[in-house]
Amino acid sequence: MSAVLEGLAKALSLLISFDPEVYGVMLLTLRVSGIAVAIGALLGVPTGATIALNEFAGKRFLISILNTLMGLPPVVVGLLVYLVLSSSGPLGPLQLLYTPAAMITAQSIMTVPTVAGVTVSAVGSVNKAIRDKALSLGATRQQLTSTILKEARLGLLTAVIVAFGSAVSEVGAVMIVGGNIRWATRVLTTAIVLETELGEFSVAIALGIILLLLSFSVNWVLTQMQWKGSRG
Amino acid sequence: MLIVETRSLAKKFGEKIALRDINLRIERGDFFAVVGPSGSGKTTLLRLLDLLDEPSHGQMLFDGVDTASSERDRLALRRRIGIVFQQSVMFTASVFDNVAYPLKVRGANTDLLRKVSEILSLVGLTGFKERRATTLSGGEMQRVSLAQAMVFEPELLLLDEPTANLDPENTAIIEEIVSKINCERKVTVIMATHNMLQVEHLASTAAVLRQGELTEIGSVDDIFKKPSDFLASFARLQNVYSGQARPIDQGLVLVDLGNNVKIEVATQKTGNVMVFIRPEEIIVSTSPIVSSARNMLKGKVIEVLDLNRQVQIKVDAGKEFTAIVTRKSFEDMRLNLGSQVYLNFKASAVHVT
Repeated sequence: MSAVLEGLAKALSLLISFDPEVYGVMLLTLRVSGIAVAIGALLGVPTGATIALNEFAGKRFLISILNTLMGLPPVVVGLLVYLVLSSSGPLGPLQLLYTPAAMITAQSIMTVPTVAGVTVSAVGSVNKAIRDKALSLGATRQQLTSTILKEARLGLLTAVIVAFGSAVSEVGAVMIVGGNIRWATRVLTTAIVLETELGEFSVAIALGIILLLLSFSVNWVLTQMQWKGSRG
Repeated sequence: MLIVETRSLAKKFGEKIALRDINLRIERGDFFAVVGPSGSGKTTLLRLLDLLDEPSHGQMLFDGVDTASSERDRLALRRRIGIVFQQSVMFTASVFDNVAYPLKVRGANTDLLRKVSEILSLVGLTGFKERRATTLSGGEMQRVSLAQAMVFEPELLLLDEPTANLDPENTAIIEEIVSKINCERKVTVIMATHNMLQVEHLASTAAVLRQGELTEIGSVDDIFKKPSDFLASFARLQNVYSGQARPIDQGLVLVDLGNNVKIEVATQKTGNVMVFIRPEEIIVSTSPIVSSARNMLKGKVIEVLDLNRQVQIKVDAGKEFTAIVTRKSFEDMRLNLGSQVYLNFKASAVHVT
């Protein structure tokens, strides 16, 4: 229990003293997960919407695959990205291994199916009568799609919240492809692992609290947007 | 001039035939009612007429143009038709944004406020612009739906049982607006319904749909003054009775409806008959009156239904009769549950099948 209290005090002092290393790690965490979520949204929303709005053979099979990918173990993703980016891998010459770009790539592989999967269910749960309404009022196919996405906006924000939550708390993939290099690829989760291994529990707990605060802040902003959207 | 013409229109869903051999010729400016029980194909027909679905067979012409064309051409035609569904759904947005939607998808960005305000005043929702549409009552939502369908000034308005889920007050409001749209704005209206009062009040022409087939078509007067057994069976027609008729005078029979209720009817038919009296043709009085009406029944008011400007009362006179009186008469006569009343109607007001 004392380690927790010590951790709390440590977290406060690190934040108040603007510890450059801690702030550097926080910013990198936000940057890597933020970009991965943005990529997830850019690719996942259109993919999910396309699947939800069209009828085609194999649709259920595709949704099952998507749902499986949503549960992809991060270490497996890390391993695959590592193999592709390592010097003997197909993208080895790009020398991306142990860079934030590699970490973003690994996290994006997880955020895209997450956003797409939640989008499928959000778009699918929009009242079917909305579709008839929009068409009967003269909407083109494109206008219909954007109307349905607008109706599903709360669900789409949920997709972003879920994707950010899983990205920012993920450790396996970023550890393998980022290497947890100080001042270069160290993020909050990998720093916590390191401090725990070193027996620096209060620092580990302090970083854990900071991670929670960071995650809470981002979710608070997104939830505010969701509330505003629900009143639209 | 015809606005809608269908030739042998049919629609199948898998193996199930929803509509078959529908031949309609609807004149511009007409108020056309499609009457039929649930599952008879009314909604399917309206969806075909709105070009939301494609027929499995047959042809539909809108304003003389064949609607079997490219999606682009069908969209252009659909944009000249408005529809109000039985169940209203609203976009999660303000009433203004909901009503402006059809204008925006047509690329109209000027004058939105004036057009939306004008149409909201038509449906009696002035001052509702900023309200969240999804929080409105059922009746208000249906009026917003009507505003959405009218704001782009369609040539044809389709109504799919627009008042089926509404209370009498909202029903009366919708009926009044729809009547105005047809009479003043000269918009052709096709309305699916099984509310007979509505058909008689509003429509000039009607068709009866039975299991996907048109069984009767013609003027409302022709169809409803002497309803077929089928029409009477599903249409929740009030004052429909079966009885035994025996002649009492030339062209006059006495029909025994049972329970000691006997009425005089101007007909030659005898034996088993079905009779029908329109609620509006019954004159209600609180004391016996001397008139030319051959029938006068005494009874007690057992049910009162507020229809806004009119009041529908149900009277137990041995048999249950439904009559409609104006609100003023209702109040002047101080009617209430349990009031004793006399029902007067002419022998010629009783329709026999």
